[in-house]
This record gives sequence, structure tokens and C-alpha cells, in this order.
Amino acid sequence: MNETSDFSAAGELVCPAGTPAALRTAVDAGADSVYCGFRNATNARNFPGLNFTAEELEASVAYAHARGARVLLALNTYPPAGKVGLWRDAADIGVRAGVDAFIVADMGVAHYIAETHPGARLHLSVQAAASSPEAIRYYCQHFGVRRVVLPRILTIPEIREIKREIPCEIETFVFGNHGLMVEGRCSLTNWLTGQSTNMDGVCSPASDVTYEREADGSMRSCLAGFTIDAFGPEENAGYPTICKGRYVAPHRPEGYYAFEEPVSLNLGRLLPELMAAGVHAFKIEGRQRSKSYVRSVVSNFRRAVDDIRAGAEPNLADLVALTEGQKETQGAFKSKKWR
Amino acid sequence: MNAPDAAVGPPPGRMMPVGLMCTALRPVLGRVVRRIAAHHPEMFARIAPYETADFVIVPKELPFALHLRPEPSAPMLRAVPKDRLPPFHACIEGRFLLLLELVDGESDGDAAFFSRDLTISGNTEAVVSLRNALDDIDGSVAQETADLFGPPGRAVLNILRRRSGRQ
Repeated sequence: MNETSDFSAAGELVCPAGTPAALRTAVDAGADSVYCGFRNATNARNFPGLNFTAEELEASVAYAHARGARVLLALNTYPPAGKVGLWRDAADIGVRAGVDAFIVADMGVAHYIAETHPGARLHLSVQAAASSPEAIRYYCQHFGVRRVVLPRILTIPEIREIKREIPCEIETFVFGNHGLMVEGRCSLTNWLTGQSTNMDGVCSPASDVTYEREADGSMRSCLAGFTIDAFGPEENAGYPTICKGRYVAPHRPEGYYAFEEPVSLNLGRLLPELMAAGVHAFKIEGRQRSKSYVRSVVSNFRRAVDDIRAGAEPNLADLVALTEGQKETQGAFKSKKWR
Repeated sequence: MNAPDAAVGPPPGRMMPVGLMCTALRPVLGRVVRRIAAHHPEMFARIAPYETADFVIVPKELPFALHLRPEPSAPMLRAVPKDRLPPFHACIEGRFLLLLELVDGESDGDAAFFSRDLTISGNTEAVVSLRNALDDIDGSVAQETADLFGPPGRAVLNILRRRSGRQ
């Protein structure tokens, strides 16, 4: 564990990395912190070919620290009952690698780290879905949590109110997945595939995803054999997740987004308001995305945060080409009537 | 294994030149893939479950496709006529310059998928594994390939990059 890490500067940019190359790209593009996970079920992006070995993590931590950046290890899934060994081992490896903080969701994992590695810094994952002062204070009091990653369902005035009532830092997502489900509780993938987003670490596992192309250029995305959306030849597509599927129902025979639309969060224009509300760190979603995405998004938000710190208007480039469905929203942060 | 898609076939009348082109490219592509494999052995761990899988990569505007099998001990990359695609586990189709940028870490595959500029079929997990393996390579695979062929290779790459607006 790196005990000397300085987390004091507000406006910390927390950036994703699915591979060591992406981590180096994020650091070089101006990330203050980079979050990543191991190649197993201990994190919520347990995708094929993605993530880090213990050796890769250790080398990546050295790379980041040499350039003044921090590494946060995501252990943000829930161990099945009685099978906590993988998560405990991951925490021990993270400490040996010198990570700067752990991002946890499960109370058992938090308890283990707090007891076994009392110097370790704990951040509460969005997967814990802690959105009330009472819930957040509970994690702070019992496990020494120093930062909460808030669910993406709160307005800025609500965040400001929460900040007044909790003893820890706040991190909010500012770009990427819109994430309106009760995070850490969603069982839609489990329902169709038998794999758990929250315990196996994979939402819509690629092994169960197929794309069926029709002669006219239209495309169906399917999960475990069920069609979850169909796109016309020129229509923008989204991820093959059930929550963003389009369904036919007796009252909506034309098909409709029953849960949420394929659209990405982009709070670039709200950064000053978020900082004024007491948000300490800005998180960019996308450990499953490429180096190209990391480079573009991180460098843009780096400039924006630096502009704000210099008292200037943030000048963000157009990132809509990188967004899901090629559409973006400020979601609940702007108004709970965003739909 | 998936059957080839007849929709990606070439215009009629170009069969012989394409066949000859594929034959001529075979030693060149073989050299390229062996070089990349030798320089980036770490990528194979990310694609280990699919190292014997057959990937077909279809550049839309070229008369041939590429057949890749990322086997560490004997990596294979060859050009194949579009009307004679081999059986494949996964197929990736897009503009040639987009595919080049994806391999080079200069474009984002998810964004290209969202905009429908990139089409995938067959085994999605194999495609995701290949994408992540390639994305963990530092530097430019295209540049490495061009360097392999000296000044002529670099000249061709510069022309391609100018066309894609990267220079």
C-alpha cells in the first residue's frame, strides 16, 4: 500500500484502464488516478482478454507512481457465500503491489481489508448503491471508508445535501455509462445467462452475445438467444445489455426502451457545479474501452479540470462520437425529468 | 464455425487478379504476422482461449479478406478472395483505414460499432479477446509493419495515414 498518496486536491480525475497499455495511456493523458482490476471475478469488468495479472499490476503501479499518478484497484463484486478466498487474495496482492486505494462494494471484503490491512484506503464502489447519508456513514463508521462513488441517480442539489452529512469524499461519474439501475443489485444478466453481473463480474457476457445481420443491413443483437434490440441499416447501435434493449409489449407494439435508452452520460458542462457541490473526484467510465477512447476522453477532461482550476470556462471537445448510441445526456444530475 | 457470407463477395470478373494478389501477398503477410508475434508475445495470453480460432477480417473496399489464426507457435495471416472465405469462428468487417486505425489503437472499436461502421459476426467473445489483445500493444503495429519493408513500406503507410486524415 502506498501510504504517502496525496488525495487532497479537489477535481481529481479518476480514469479507466482495462490493460496495462491503457493505464499508461491514461497516465500520459493526465489522469490523477487510474482504476483497474484483475483478470477474474473480483471486479465488475471481468471481460475476455481484459484486465491485469499481479505482475502487470505491480509494473503499472510503478509506472503511475513514477509520474505522480495513483492506482485504484477495483474489488467491487460480491463474493458468493463461503467463497471469499479469491477476493482476500486479490486484496493481499494489491497491498503488495502498492496500490493507493481499493474500490469495494461488499461489506465482507471491506471488513477483511480494514482488519488485515489497516493502512489501506477504502473507496466505496457505486456497486454498493449507497445513496443516502445514513448508508454512507455506516460504511465510513464500520470500515473506515474514505470516499463514496455515488450512484448516478442524484441531482446536484441532492449531492450537495449529502456532502453536508457525510464524513468522506464524494466521487461522481462524469462520462460513460448512464447506469440508472440499482447498481450491485441488477439480476437481468443472471436471469438470461446464469452468470451474475455482481458476483461473476460480467454484464451481458460476450460468450452469450451474438449479432445477426439481415440482407438489408439491419442487425439484431441477441443475448443467450433472445433478441434484445434490432437496428435499422443506418441506425446507431448500443451495447447488448438487457437494460438498454428495445421490447415489444401489448401496449407498445412498435417496440420501446422498457428500462433505459442507449445513451451516455457526459457531465463536462456541469463540472464547475459539481465541484461547488463538494464533489472531490470525477470518474470516467470505460475499462472495457480502447486506448483511443482513454486518450481522447482523459485528455479532454484533463483540460477541462485545469481550465476550471485556472478560473476559466472549461472547454470540452465534442465527445459524442465515443458515446453509446452516439447520444449523450446529463441524466439525473441535471434533472430527474431527463427522459 | 460459421459459413462465409455471400454478401461480401467481390465484383464479378475480378476472380483471377484477386487470386493472384492473394498468392503474392501470402509470404508478405506471413512475415508480418510472425514479426508482430515475436515482438509482442504478451498479447497471446489475452487471446489464449481462441489461439486456434479462425478470424476473417473483411476490408470493405479491398478485393480480398484476411484470414488470421493467432496461434503463438505458428501464427497465420493470409489474404483470401472474398468469394472463397474459409469457415470462420468470427468475422470483422469495416473500411480498411478504420481497421488499420483499430489495430493501431487510434480508433475506438466500440464507437465504430455504435456508429455501424464496424460489423462483427460469429463468436463475439473471440472478437472481444482479439480486440483487447491488440489494444494492449504499445506503439503502432502499422508502423512496425511498414518498417519491416523499409522506405517503400513507410511511404505506403504515410499515404494511407494521409487518406485517413491522421497526417
